[in-house]
Amino acid sequence: MGPQAEYFDLLAKGQFRIQRCEDCTGAVFYPRTHCPDCGGPLAWMEPEGTGVVYSATTVRRMPEAGGDYNVALVDLSEGVRLMTRIVGCDPQEVRIGMPVRFSGVGPTGDTVLYRPEAQQ
Amino acid sequence: MNRDLRGKIAIVGVGQAGLGTAEGFTEFEILAQAAHAAVADAGLTMADIDGLTTASVLTPMWAMPVIEYLGIRPSFIDSTTLGGSSFVAHMMPAIHALSSGQCNAVLVCYGSTQRTSSISRKVIAGVRRDFDPQPYEYPYEPLNPLSTYAMAAARHMHEYGTTRENLADVVLAARAWARLNPEALRRDPLTREEVLAARMISDPLSALDCCMVNDGAAAYVMVRADRATDLPHPPIHVLGNATRVYGRQGSSLPSLTETAAVESGREAFEMAGVLPKDIDVAELYDAFSINTILFLEDLGFCPKGEGGRFAADGGIAPGGRLPVNTNGGGLSCIHPGMYGAFITVEAVRQLRGDCGERQVKGAELALVHGNGGTISSQSTAILGTAATL
Repeated sequence: MGPQAEYFDLLAKGQFRIQRCEDCTGAVFYPRTHCPDCGGPLAWMEPEGTGVVYSATTVRRMPEAGGDYNVALVDLSEGVRLMTRIVGCDPQEVRIGMPVRFSGVGPTGDTVLYRPEAQQ
Repeated sequence: MNRDLRGKIAIVGVGQAGLGTAEGFTEFEILAQAAHAAVADAGLTMADIDGLTTASVLTPMWAMPVIEYLGIRPSFIDSTTLGGSSFVAHMMPAIHALSSGQCNAVLVCYGSTQRTSSISRKVIAGVRRDFDPQPYEYPYEPLNPLSTYAMAAARHMHEYGTTRENLADVVLAARAWARLNPEALRRDPLTREEVLAARMISDPLSALDCCMVNDGAAAYVMVRADRATDLPHPPIHVLGNATRVYGRQGSSLPSLTETAAVESGREAFEMAGVLPKDIDVAELYDAFSINTILFLEDLGFCPKGEGGRFAADGGIAPGGRLPVNTNGGGLSCIHPGMYGAFITVEAVRQLRGDCGERQVKGAELALVHGNGGTISSQSTAILGTAATL
């Protein structure tokens, strides 16, 4: 099984993992076969769960289709950026620079969600 | 560095076809119309074409049916697909092939009927999901490419204080130029109030911050400059060209506010031996209003973060400090999926002095900047008249 299938297998079990390079120790996302910085071998690691919003947008959608939703890029504390959705607040309340925390795997089993850190 | 190739190759023919809606025509048909127009404009025949570059936004193996349709047998073929930047990026490999003698006349061509296509955008989106997989983005349903540009705009606002007013300046400048261009598709008067009140789609970008979705085909022909002297039009020389690609998806880019245009621009300017202040007219690929601001900065027309203020007060509109997107841009002239060939055609026409009411007087040096993907591919070309050699 390749790293992509492994990632989504783990995610489907509720386990969100990123990779770390065993040579240069840099964190890697999305999952790859080799470190894109140095070519070294990669191992799975559980991210600490915190991050900061790098940027965000509210995608406008008709209420009958589910209403507006957030799409964001979050910089994880480990140093990688990923696309996610910030949940638990109105999409318009998401701010760049806002501290966020891992909220869980999305209902479709192939997404990771974040929520504002301030929220319990 | 390709300094010794500066000016050695010239664009000698340009053509467009099917602009807007090409109802009842196929992509190959309007591509062929543009290609034949460009070849005739160059004073050549299709039999003279022995080099081809082309790319498709959807179709794999695209160069092969194009070769078949045009009835040519090129000895040089490049179909590298870098989104809308492809047709600016195709210059350098064509320059090398022409310089080495591998071929003598290169046709660069594109055609799309995405406006009138019977294949719905929903079907195309589904096919893309399978054939252009981005499993770490698609499940979040960004309205891409728009949402990535929207996040670039939001980040630019955060870092540099850029405003929706600044984006409106870009939209209004494009419309002002389009109103001088009989070929432009959006020529109605437009007010700042209308721009600021437009329907938001992916914040902070509204419907009027987005390029159109049209049909259209464009083509141009390149030959060695020494062969260009007895052709119908004065040769427009390629003084510099460079391309940089940082990836495919926005989440994997190092920055959404500083693009690979920093590198492609620097290298193209070095090859051309000119500076941003020397440029008479700039065609900057404006798929979205934020693009123009990013590229004004990254190409060195103003310091980082100042692009919005550079565009303010009509700075890039007719009569402003720098003529930008003089055909009306992707925002108001035309945008059939991939737009790089169209901005090249506009730059050539400006340098020929063929642009009528929108002509930039005395234009000798033009910059063409192609953007592709989600801000991820950048290609810069600097074109000049014989006076700039």
